[in-house]
Parts: sequence; C-alpha cells; structure tokens
Amino acid sequence: MLNNMKKSKKDLLLQYTGLTILAVIILIPFLIGFWTSFLPTEEISKGILWSNHISLNNYITAFTQTPIIRYLFNSFIISFLTMIAQILFCSTSAYAFVFLKFKGRDLLFYAFLATMMLPFEAEVIPNFATVRSLNLLNHYSVMIIPFLASAFGTFMLRQAFLQIPGELKEASDIEGLSHWKFYAKIVLPYSRISLYTLAAYSFLTSWNQYLWPMLTTFSDNFRPVQDGLRQLQSQESFNNWGMIQASAAIVVIPTLIVLFFGQHFFKNGLNEGALK
Amino acid sequence: MEEQLNKQFKPLNKIAIPKLQKLKKIGYDVNAKDKIYAFLFLGPSLLILSIFVFYPMLRTLYLSFFLTNTLGKPTVFVGFNNYVNLLTSSTYLNSLKATITYVIAVSMLTLVLGILLAQAASKKIAGINFFRTIFSGTMGVSVSVAAIFWLFIFNPSVGLLDQVTTFLHLPTINWLTQPGWAMLAVIISTVWMNLGFTFLIFFGALQSVPKFLYEAAEIEGASKSYQFFHITFPMISPTIFFISIITLIESFKSFGLIDLMTAGGPDNATNLMVYRIYQDAFLSGNYGSASTQSVILAIIISLFTLMQFKLLEKKVTY
Repeated sequence: MLNNMKKSKKDLLLQYTGLTILAVIILIPFLIGFWTSFLPTEEISKGILWSNHISLNNYITAFTQTPIIRYLFNSFIISFLTMIAQILFCSTSAYAFVFLKFKGRDLLFYAFLATMMLPFEAEVIPNFATVRSLNLLNHYSVMIIPFLASAFGTFMLRQAFLQIPGELKEASDIEGLSHWKFYAKIVLPYSRISLYTLAAYSFLTSWNQYLWPMLTTFSDNFRPVQDGLRQLQSQESFNNWGMIQASAAIVVIPTLIVLFFGQHFFKNGLNEGALK
Repeated sequence: MEEQLNKQFKPLNKIAIPKLQKLKKIGYDVNAKDKIYAFLFLGPSLLILSIFVFYPMLRTLYLSFFLTNTLGKPTVFVGFNNYVNLLTSSTYLNSLKATITYVIAVSMLTLVLGILLAQAASKKIAGINFFRTIFSGTMGVSVSVAAIFWLFIFNPSVGLLDQVTTFLHLPTINWLTQPGWAMLAVIISTVWMNLGFTFLIFFGALQSVPKFLYEAAEIEGASKSYQFFHITFPMISPTIFFISIITLIESFKSFGLIDLMTAGGPDNATNLMVYRIYQDAFLSGNYGSASTQSVILAIIISLFTLMQFKLLEKKVTY
C-alpha cells in the first residue's frame, strides 16, 4: 500500500516534469519576445539579455513613433467586415443549396466544391490585374471584396443546414412562412454554433492574410497589421529589437487574451467544424 | 440544444404535416418562388466567386501557355514550352525539392508533436487546464509575430541560440545564412506555429476515444505503449489523416514566414513554390512562367484536397 503511494507520487512528479518541459519549449519564443520587449535595444544588440534595466520605453516608442495602432485598427475593420459579409453570403448560398429547388443546383454546388481545391495563392496574378483595373488598389476594399464570399464557408454551413429536420421546413411552408423568414427565424438560430465557428474562422483568416495585402496596399492608412509588422521590421528600425518585440507583443497579446477566454468554446466549435 | 429546439417546434409539426400532405394532394406548388430566391440568395456569392476564383483559374491556365510582357499581357503563344522549360530548369527543380523537403518535415513533426502534446494533456491531474491553455497558445500567433520571435532566437549575434552555443563553447551557427540551417530554422518556426491548432484537434479526438477500451486493456495488463498503438492510434487515425492533409496543403502554400525570415535565401535554399511564384511574377515580371508554376501548384494542392473530400465522405457515412 505504502509502496503503491510512493510509486504514484513518483509517477505524478514525472508527469509534471514532462508537462513542464513541453510547456517551456512552447513558451520560449513568447517569453524571450516579451522579456526583450522590456529591455533597452542598446543592451540587446550587445547580447546582454539578463539586464535589470527594465522599462516600458519600447512600448511607448511603438505606440508613439510607429503606426501600430493604425495597423491594428485597419486589420480590425478589414477582418470584421469580411466576417459579416461571409456569414451573410455563405449562409444565403448554403440555404439555396439545401432548401431551394432550381435547375442546375447540383452542378453549381460541384462548381463551388471545385473552387475549394484551388489555392488563392495560385490565382494572385489575374486577381492582381483585376483589382488594378477596377482601381481598388491601396484601399480597404481590395482586402475585403475578393473575400466577401467563400466556398469553404458555404460548404461548412450547408453541412450544418442539412441537419435541420425536414419537418421544420414543411411545417413552415404550411404556416406560409416565406423563405426569407424561414432563413432568418429558424435556420440561422438553429445553426448558430456553426455560424460562430465560421465567424471565428473567417475573422482569423482575414486577420492573418499576408501575401494579398502585401501586394495590394502601399500606405499606412490601409495597411493591415501583418504587413505593418513586416514594414516596421524591414524599415530603418531593423536593429531596434526592443521596439520590434514590443510591437509584436502589442499585436499578439489581444489574440492571446481572446483565445484564453474563448478557448473552451472555440475548441468545441473547431472539432465540430473540422470533423463533422 | 438541438433537443430543445426540436421540442420547441414539435407542436408545429403535428398540425403542419397533415396539412401539407393535403395541399400536395390537390397539386399546390410549394416551390414556386424558389427560382427568385435562388437568384437572390446565390447571386452575391456567385458573382464574387466568378470574378475572383473561376475567372482567375481559367486565366492562369491560359497565361501558362504564353510569354507575357511586363504588364502581364500575353504576347506569344508558346504551347507547353513554359512547362517544359520549368521542369528541365535546375532552379525550379531545386525549388520543388526544397518545397517537398519542407512540407514533409513540417507535416511529420507537426503530427508527432501534436499527438505527443495531446496525449500529455489528457492526463487527469490537478492544474492540467493550465498546460492545455499553454499548448494551444500558438494558435493565437500570426505569421509576422512568429517570424519576429524566431528571427530573434535565430539571430547569429544577439539571439538566444547564439548565447547557448557560446556558453557551451560550440561554434556559432549562422542560422539564416547557411542553406541547411536556414531550412531547419524555417521548419522549426512553422511547426511551432502549427502546434496550437493541431494540439486542439488531437486533444478533441483523444477525448472521444471510449474510456472502456483503456479500462479493458488495463485489466488485461496491456502496457501503455501497447495501448497507444493498438487503441489510441487506430481510433484517432481519421484525425491523423485529416491533420496530415491540412498540414500538407498549408505547407505547400507557405509564404509569410519565408518572406520574413529568409526571403527565399540563402542561395535559394528556402525558395519554396509560392515564394518563387511571387518573385517571378511581381519582382521579375515573368507572368507566363509564374502562371505555369501556379498551375503546377494548383494541381498538387487539388490532389490533396480531393483526398480530404474522400475522407470527409467516409466520415459522414459511418
């Protein structure tokens, strides 16, 4: 008995050691980044990482001398509008594929599916020519309009709508509910978990866009934060490590907070969306 | 929640279904307005996808058979010449080789480490939620933040790894300026970024393996590793397949980390497919060849996506 307890205590210690090692490996880049963001750049560039000259100076520099707030604001506008548009347009098109009967529906659906196989990266050349000829370059719209609708979102919501019991549709037909009312009053509330998942997914995808904004925006007024960081990093401040790390922290901390509080919900949503 | 909704709507069904059957009998067309609605509901998506997905797909294919001027306008039809030139060019084949090395290494490491983290986080001990939160942490990291963190770690004069090697009296490694090391650096950074998402998905999958299987194995005296390979592994194999394909596809499309960390260098060692397309099209104005490379990339990714669909189909049926 005593022996058993000893063994399980040793086991527990081993487990915590293992978990701690893994956690430290995952955390090292964060910790180094956050730590150096409090150090003066002169010391960092001399390789002095264990300094006690800790201050918020790098953050003050980042906030006052770089457009980092503007970048975050731009990203927020772009991601938020893209998210709203995708929820609206993906849900209406998924509705059409599930509840409407019209000629060529299946063919159209397969066309939607086929586009999911094609990476956006392989289509940037004509797309760049298109937005240039539409005079959309260097504006919020160039980062929103191409992503107003998404085949992936439509497919995901279609799968969710298919689970709505058929009787509900029949019942609403009898009650004389129009398609619009059935869509707004029954389908959307019924599938709200999938809608949240799509919202999170589309917001994050837009927030993390890198190549497209890099090709299409040239001014800080519209530049989203990913390319903003690239800009800060490649400009004169290349060696201003303290300020760069502070900017990275300013960008990543809000996402980490959201992730921390939304984790439980997000985990369920992801599993549902990914593995349904 | 679904049950609750069903309850809420059930009374409606009782009245409605018989009524509908009656209406159908007398030939009432309940789908009369569908066409107008289809137009309204699908129109916006169809318009956007036509302009930004269907058209560019055909246009890219078309351009891949032409030489172009610096504005991207096709000038001379060259048939399959662009393809032949690429597939016989040693720099393109090197880029393809680098991409495949990167993709395979990233996928394997992401898979193994993702399962390891998920397995470790499945222990039911005090404070485990703290570790779960940390393990999923990199999901909140965007590509440019990851690049900044890792650029500092790999920095040859001030970075952390340099301090470690100096402390251990090992020679300094110029991580980002030596071909093999640069590739390794990019792989490590990508895997780190992937881990948060992969961990969450595997963790979910492990939770869904029925507990009684392990209890039965425990009674039979099966070892932990036996349990892993004969229970866990087969039970989560659909998830393993799903994650492999997702990771493969995403790695083929890698761009941001490459751009920020190595810009394709040194000596083109990390010049992966998408980065090369970007260079050829937008830096050298070589749109014809870049389109051809886009077509090749699209074919590779389509194949993997098809496999993913097949998997989804399977999942739906059982």
